Amino acid sequence: MANLATNFIGIKSPNPFWLASAPPTDKEVNVRRAYEAGWGGVVWKTLGSEGPPVVNVSGPRYGAIWGADRRLLGLNNIELITDRPLEVNLREIKQVKRDWPDRALIISLMVPCDEESWCDILSRIEDTGADGVELNFGCPHGMAERGMGSAVGQVPEYIEMVTRWVKKHSRMPCIVKLTPNITDVRKPAEAARRGGADAVSLINTINSITGVDLDDFAPQPTIDGKGTHGGYCGPAVKPIALNMVAEIARHPETQGLPISGIGGVTTWRDAAEFMALGAGNVQVCTAAMTYGFRVVQEMISGLSDYMDRKGFTSTTDLVGRAVPNVTDWQYLNLNYVTKAQISEADCIKCGRCYIACEDTSHQAIEMLPDRSFKVKDEECVACNLCVNVCPVENCITMVRMPKGQVDPRTGRPVGDYANWVMHPNNPMARAAE
Amino acid sequence: MSNSQLTPGIVPARLPARLYAENFSDHQPPLGPHEARVAADRCYFCFDAPCMTACPTSIDIPLFIRQIATGTPDAAARTILSQNILGGMCARVCPTETLCEEVCVRETAEGKPVEIGRLQRFAADGLMAQGIHPFTRAASTGKRVAVVGAGPAGLACAHRLAMKGHEVMVFERRPKSGGLNEYGIAAYKATNGFAQREVEWLLKIGGITVKNGVMLGRDVALGDLMTDYDAVFLGIGLAGVNALRVEGEDLPGVRDAIDFISDLRQATDLSTVPVGREVVVIGGGMTAVDAAVQSKLLGAEVVSIVYRRGREKMSASGYEQEHATRNGVCIIHGAAPVRVIGEGRTEAVEFAYTEEGPQGLTLSVERFTLKADQVFKAIGQTLAGAPQAIAVEAGKLPRHPMPKLWCGGDCALGGEDLTVTAVAEGRDAAEEIHAALSAAL
Repeated sequence: MANLATNFIGIKSPNPFWLASAPPTDKEVNVRRAYEAGWGGVVWKTLGSEGPPVVNVSGPRYGAIWGADRRLLGLNNIELITDRPLEVNLREIKQVKRDWPDRALIISLMVPCDEESWCDILSRIEDTGADGVELNFGCPHGMAERGMGSAVGQVPEYIEMVTRWVKKHSRMPCIVKLTPNITDVRKPAEAARRGGADAVSLINTINSITGVDLDDFAPQPTIDGKGTHGGYCGPAVKPIALNMVAEIARHPETQGLPISGIGGVTTWRDAAEFMALGAGNVQVCTAAMTYGFRVVQEMISGLSDYMDRKGFTSTTDLVGRAVPNVTDWQYLNLNYVTKAQISEADCIKCGRCYIACEDTSHQAIEMLPDRSFKVKDEECVACNLCVNVCPVENCITMVRMPKGQVDPRTGRPVGDYANWVMHPNNPMARAAE
Repeated sequence: MSNSQLTPGIVPARLPARLYAENFSDHQPPLGPHEARVAADRCYFCFDAPCMTACPTSIDIPLFIRQIATGTPDAAARTILSQNILGGMCARVCPTETLCEEVCVRETAEGKPVEIGRLQRFAADGLMAQGIHPFTRAASTGKRVAVVGAGPAGLACAHRLAMKGHEVMVFERRPKSGGLNEYGIAAYKATNGFAQREVEWLLKIGGITVKNGVMLGRDVALGDLMTDYDAVFLGIGLAGVNALRVEGEDLPGVRDAIDFISDLRQATDLSTVPVGREVVVIGGGMTAVDAAVQSKLLGAEVVSIVYRRGREKMSASGYEQEHATRNGVCIIHGAAPVRVIGEGRTEAVEFAYTEEGPQGLTLSVERFTLKADQVFKAIGQTLAGAPQAIAVEAGKLPRHPMPKLWCGGDCALGGEDLTVTAVAEGRDAAEEIHAALSAAL
């Protein structure tokens, strides 16, 4: 069994699976249960300044969207940072960390945007024994309106400034949590790095309305007839998160900055994908909130088996392995030609590939009288839509045409690597020297 | 009464009273809303869906299931009923395992089709339970059409004609409408008087008058109908029953399975329906299964179905056969009766094993005898009481034998003898009649 132990910016944990700062990590009882279930680390739910705690709504905090069989695909929340007294949280953190010294325990923080507030909170958490801090610059609701959370995260200068304060007043490793509610995620990551952050974590939740009550005409979740945007997470956000992680991982200004990957991690495979794109570990919330803490066991066994299959002895063998293959569109090989191929043995004859292609794509699939389906190579642009809509995995595959073979669609032989930069149709084309 | 399963002869009340309700309850309970959503989620919304092609009434199955999945079961019901006005009954009695569900791509993929029949029932029942009749009549055409037979074909025809604005007069020989839905299928397939409720609901369209107790050829003549009405539809079913043509067939205790089923269906108290201790059902179709299973459920000790050919030739589907065996019915294949044995009453049936050869089915010398108090004949129904004026082809009536006259359902050529086929034929005849009457306008 592969060794899953990780060392993330000096914070050791037996596996790369951390629970993200969120409702599951708000209390000692939850965190203890999480550690018992096998989670490698926990980012304690965001603490605020000393004083009267924040107040949450007493109506629904969550909204959701579902797939077939009501499988939860996306979850939205309008919960705020911890609404329990600071002292209680600090006492519990200290106790839990003492009892579980081999697990990572990070404290998420969100206080007003002035140096004094940050200095104060940092001094208060100093002796909890926690392994590090995560700066919550991400929450898109409730706190942002008070000048915290994503209100900070959307202004790179503020990120840099606050990060600098934190590094100045604390020796703890510092992770800056980034909001995706921004145009270019590289800018806040650069700012975090400039401010001295040890790592970034992303993504925080995405501004969202999960639905509209069509009788009350109110956004969901609905509180007394009104609704507000909440933070969206869960499997649905994974592709957005993966891209943002990859952007930071490959951006020259942020390359090498450790990343804790967050966003819809539900299975070992999701985790491995984040790690391949540069995340040193992952943080999970929605999967645990959907299925309970026990899901980590599948993540552990799955990642371990995968690493064994690949001959990886450490997670560092995996981390960042896919980053060199993330590129810009203009560098994609335009002479890479594939054609869809339908396995008749696997086909269940639902006809979805046919109708998708016929109605919405390139009319490249033929439906034969015996209800079998055949790809017309002369029409197929290899768009992959048929693969995506086919209910049977691997029934339709994209098969690469070898170099030199004539593509029946274009009538031209498949050539060597050539991209848009070199393409004659590109007005800006340079010769490929 | 103190009868038991072991009481010899053909007697009622073999079971404790409470067991009747249990035995004859809905054999496939309706889906609840949650179950329906889960079941509907499995549909792939196939293009040119095989299920739809397999449905004799061509219900847009992917659409109605999607409507259920999206929380609009009433819209689903309208999708179903617009093609098949008896969609509620068909959802209960259709051999879906040989129609829509057999060709479901998830049957191909996982050996477990989308539960189309049960989903159809969910949608149709939901709408009917609200008392909603989703169709309205077109403006009156002033045309009058006679429909003979208030079975599935006649009712479907009448409804479609009424919807088109024609005035419809239905003549039905039996006291109740519904045809085999009311008289010919197992009680546990259409519980709580569903057949009658469905007829009443169907008639809400208006413009349809039903006269029960009127028999073609006895009380009303085809010639008069042809004169009095602008068009005539015959959906008279198959009123005759094939005979065994063996010694002892006339002994007390031997009867037509269809009559037994009819008596059972009309009984208000099932404990009053007599049944043998040892019952033999001869035949291989749905009627044989319905008679055999219901005999068992009435408390017969031993029930056997004996079919002259092999298992694969049985017209009862594999599902129906399993249903029979699960209920304790023994199915014997490849044997034909040679005589019914008994002194003054049925005591046993002697069978010969059969052999399939180039000359067809022949009896072997191997014989066996089954004890039997009661023998049900379920070896097929035949056309009876058809008007002389119509030339019968292959034992059936042509679909459109002469101007102004259409035929459909079991009595007519084409398709299998199924409720759903009858509905399709009745509906299609109505469309043809409407086209003809419109052209004449």
